[in-house]
Amino acid sequence: MESNLITEDKQKNKLEKAFEILKTMASKPSGLIGLTIVLFHVILALISPYIVPYDYKAISPNTMLLAPSAEHWFGTDSLGRDVFTRTILGGRTALTVTFFGSLIALLWGGLLGIFCGLVGGKIDDVVMRVVDAFLSIPWILAMLLIVSLLGTSTEVLIPALGFFYGKGIVRVARAATHDVIAKDFIVSARARGHSNMSIIWNEIIPNVRDAILVEGAMRWSWMLLGFSSLSFLGFGVSPPTPDWGLMISNARGLMSFAYWSVIAPIVGLSSLIIGINLTADAFAKALGIDRSTKAPV
Amino acid sequence: MLLLILKRIGLGLITLFIVSLITFVGVEVLPGDACTTYLEREAYGAALDACIKRLGLDVPAYERYLDWASNVVRGDFGYSLSGEMPINEVLGPRVKNSLVLASVSILIGIPLAIVLGIITALWRDKLPDIMISTITIFSMTIPEFISATLLILIVAIWLGWLPGIVIIPSDATFYELLSNIILPVVAISMIMTAHMARMVRSSVIQVMASDYVQMAILKGVPYWKMVFRHVLPNALLPAINVVALTIAWLLGGVVVTEVVFNYPGLGRLVIESISNRDLPVVQALAIILASIYVGINLIADLMTLMLNPRLKSLQIRK
Repeated sequence: MESNLITEDKQKNKLEKAFEILKTMASKPSGLIGLTIVLFHVILALISPYIVPYDYKAISPNTMLLAPSAEHWFGTDSLGRDVFTRTILGGRTALTVTFFGSLIALLWGGLLGIFCGLVGGKIDDVVMRVVDAFLSIPWILAMLLIVSLLGTSTEVLIPALGFFYGKGIVRVARAATHDVIAKDFIVSARARGHSNMSIIWNEIIPNVRDAILVEGAMRWSWMLLGFSSLSFLGFGVSPPTPDWGLMISNARGLMSFAYWSVIAPIVGLSSLIIGINLTADAFAKALGIDRSTKAPV
Repeated sequence: MLLLILKRIGLGLITLFIVSLITFVGVEVLPGDACTTYLEREAYGAALDACIKRLGLDVPAYERYLDWASNVVRGDFGYSLSGEMPINEVLGPRVKNSLVLASVSILIGIPLAIVLGIITALWRDKLPDIMISTITIFSMTIPEFISATLLILIVAIWLGWLPGIVIIPSDATFYELLSNIILPVVAISMIMTAHMARMVRSSVIQVMASDYVQMAILKGVPYWKMVFRHVLPNALLPAINVVALTIAWLLGGVVVTEVVFNYPGLGRLVIESISNRDLPVVQALAIILASIYVGINLIADLMTLMLNPRLKSLQIRK
């Protein structure tokens, strides 16, 4: 009974803490704007399949390259498809791919980083060398190679993005682990005879979680940038899927007279990336982590 | 000091060695070898045999790696599949073009970034800072292909000032390049400047808050003398490393920018060789781009070592 009470209390504390962090983030205009944009995009992504006025893949020669009007709010593209429909569905694609990609990146990057930081020695040296080597291959080359050999389905894209954006998290998690590893409570946990697993789970993760989450939030926006760049180059999701990068690259050739079909996805993508960035910055500040001096690696 | 430098160089070489292993193993492990991926449906009979012979795919993988690696060390990247010519000849003009683009962007970007970073730091949270910071945040978060596309839309199509895409062959002369390069340079240096200006800003702010600057203020050192004598040298030093990382990170962005502007550099070669499934060229590009990354970081490390007065005095004491 008593222990039950404690866990309940803990959970309430956690919720309260999360709420507190959100409040701090929203207290500054930039954080509030960022949160609003992200929330708007997430809601739109969740409800978009039910509210779109047209079929996103319905091709029609009668409605090619129409200017924005009451029927087609953002006009139509070169195949006669409604740009409004495709733009709001594009957000769904982008958010799904990058959300699961970031999750994978956080999991493997965070755990490997903590492990390396804890174990140290030879294993740590070798892993960090390999991570450094991966960092020095431009992400775009590696991604293109994987995608061109394995195909561009989301089942390939999500793990590939997750893998490539996780290697930076390894470093952050490792550095954060190094910071806590010498603290007394770890030493005493060792003295109590706790196993490595138990130390990682109970002592290290609660202390490095903030740093890793902040890094993950930042990675999310970079992953979105990377994913849309891939689509733009024609190596992302395949054509009928509504996707911002793909839409921009298709509409680019005709933008001298049909600029609407390129502007709509540009506004969508830019606003989401800026929103995520502002949110991540506010998140970092709310948790008291300064990452303004870090390089974008 | 010398030992430290040698150690850095050694680490860089180890990284390159691992990169070469990764790219080689990657190409090896992924389904299909260079010949079957390149020939696709025609991968049978005499054509396949000839291709396998030419690339030497009939010998074991580790022998091929040793062979390939020793050739790369001697500066020979082998044969391009689609171009049917030595990769060195394919690379030559592309490297030159990309170097021109990159160096012009860097020459504009770095001084501009330092000036903007200092201005925003000294007038922190005042109007100049708010304005410049907003612009830098925008230009560093928006993807390269969007800012490049918008530049084309506004400057080339709506205003009609400059040609929107570059239509020059890859062996164009230096002068031809320069006249075509304006928009790509603007697109690249915009993002680069934004990143570096942010870092210079936070670095200057940090130094301004340090004890020795407070001391200088209390001693009555004139403001500008203090800024130039005490703040800047200390603030720009740590920024060097970060700037190097930014430049290296932008290698990916340069690929996209070159594609948008149809600029015949290394970046477009990346896309072309991957579309053509020309794996030997892809391998060569991976090594070259990784060497650039490692090289830039090495130079930055060495510069920081040499410019850091603390390390010098450490040396003397020893």
